[in-house]
Amino acid sequence: MSNRIVVPFGPQHPVLPEPIHLDLVLEDERVVEAIPTIGYVHRGLEKLVEKRDFKNYVLIAERICGICSFTHSVTYCNAIEHIMDIEVPPRAQFIRTIWMEYSRMHSHLLWLGLAADAMGFENLFMNAWRLREEILDDMEATTGGRVIQGTCKVGGIRRDIGDDKLGEMVDHLKKIRPLLEESNRIFTHDQTVRHRMRGLSVLSEKDAWDLGAVGPTARGSGCDMDVRSSGYSAYGELGFKPVTFSHGDCLDRCLVRSEEVLASVDLVGRAVAKMPDGPIEEKVTGNPEGEYFAFSEQPRGECLHYVRANGKKNIVRHRVRTPTFTNVPPLVKLLEGIELADVPVVVLTIDPCIGCCDR
Amino acid sequence: MIEQKHTIIEIEVADLLKKTEEYHKAGHRLVQIGTTPLGDRYEINYTFTTAWDFESLRITVHDGDEIPSISGIYWGAFIYENEIHDLFGITVNGMSIDFQGHLIETRIPTPFKNPPKITKVPKGGDA
Repeated sequence: MSNRIVVPFGPQHPVLPEPIHLDLVLEDERVVEAIPTIGYVHRGLEKLVEKRDFKNYVLIAERICGICSFTHSVTYCNAIEHIMDIEVPPRAQFIRTIWMEYSRMHSHLLWLGLAADAMGFENLFMNAWRLREEILDDMEATTGGRVIQGTCKVGGIRRDIGDDKLGEMVDHLKKIRPLLEESNRIFTHDQTVRHRMRGLSVLSEKDAWDLGAVGPTARGSGCDMDVRSSGYSAYGELGFKPVTFSHGDCLDRCLVRSEEVLASVDLVGRAVAKMPDGPIEEKVTGNPEGEYFAFSEQPRGECLHYVRANGKKNIVRHRVRTPTFTNVPPLVKLLEGIELADVPVVVLTIDPCIGCCDR
Repeated sequence: MIEQKHTIIEIEVADLLKKTEEYHKAGHRLVQIGTTPLGDRYEINYTFTTAWDFESLRITVHDGDEIPSISGIYWGAFIYENEIHDLFGITVNGMSIDFQGHLIETRIPTPFKNPPKITKVPKGGDA
């Protein structure tokens, strides 16, 4: 009869970029149960909405996460704009979409680097992060910030991007696209990567759906689930198609992200080609009154911002359901039955963002 | 402007499990459970969807009320229900994993709970 022991994993661990704690119940080297604890970076940002002007709060919403920051600010603004019936100018919607796709590219490249690092593939890690820097350069050139942009506002955006710069961005993406494809080929074909990830921690399509998985975690299991398909911002005009894989293992969750980087390059190209002229913001008067559930597709998956307002400048309630939060139950299931040595890789494949998750 | 269609259905707490079971049988996924504190009461929204048309069941509870867990139907609901317990102090009975208040560790217990009503102590009266 095997003895059961409990091994604490995190919140500080070399492979974890952010703090989550797992109590791993082991039988020999095999995990039989995983019990998560979060809240180490709980900041109560949702509570702060009661003390801030709803327009200024955009900057706080953006700071919920240091990676998908821009998408948080857009989703919050979408909720307010729907409540106040504000029609955001098309050019602003297109530029918001471009910045959201840049966020996705830099987030996925960050993750691909971390995944390579977790497998001990240091060369691939450095290559992914070098490519990420190219993306961040364009973000910085157009917004002034690498990871926190501060360019989204209720009613539109703060900064326009000139047509010359848009052309330069597309040329730059064309230049680095072969490098991204080369990086993807390593994830697809390299023996070490496939040996480490193929067949590991399989999440079936049914389990992904029932457990509430979102984002690449769900799409790697074959769930055709991507909020961009609903056509919010400018996605409805860009012929968006979700990337899905069907094995449901660690490799497919990885491949969804690597393919999505290329899909984002294409989306940016199409957005620039169709970029409308016109203003970049709509004047906002008065205060919001009502409620709205705004959904968006962040790099890690479906995100919800619920806003409830009562006609005053302070919002009554801002509730954020982040993708990592809803991916915790699938993670608990994914960890059951695997070897202890595989835990870091499996935890990373849901791309946990605990800053988002804790808020 | 693209509208993400969302229907809110107000129900009694006693009907929660029955209605949730209906969504589960119809193949909906659980999107989220979220709580809104409104001074003297809390609204709890259970959101479901099959694609991009969302539906939320809304129940209203007060401090001291207890609600049943839907984690017997949607196993992953435990994460939201523990959050409701830890941040708002609402008791959820029958969770598939009960963290006993330790899922979200906060310095102040139940920080999002409705503030207690302040009653004035009469001047000169005995405290």
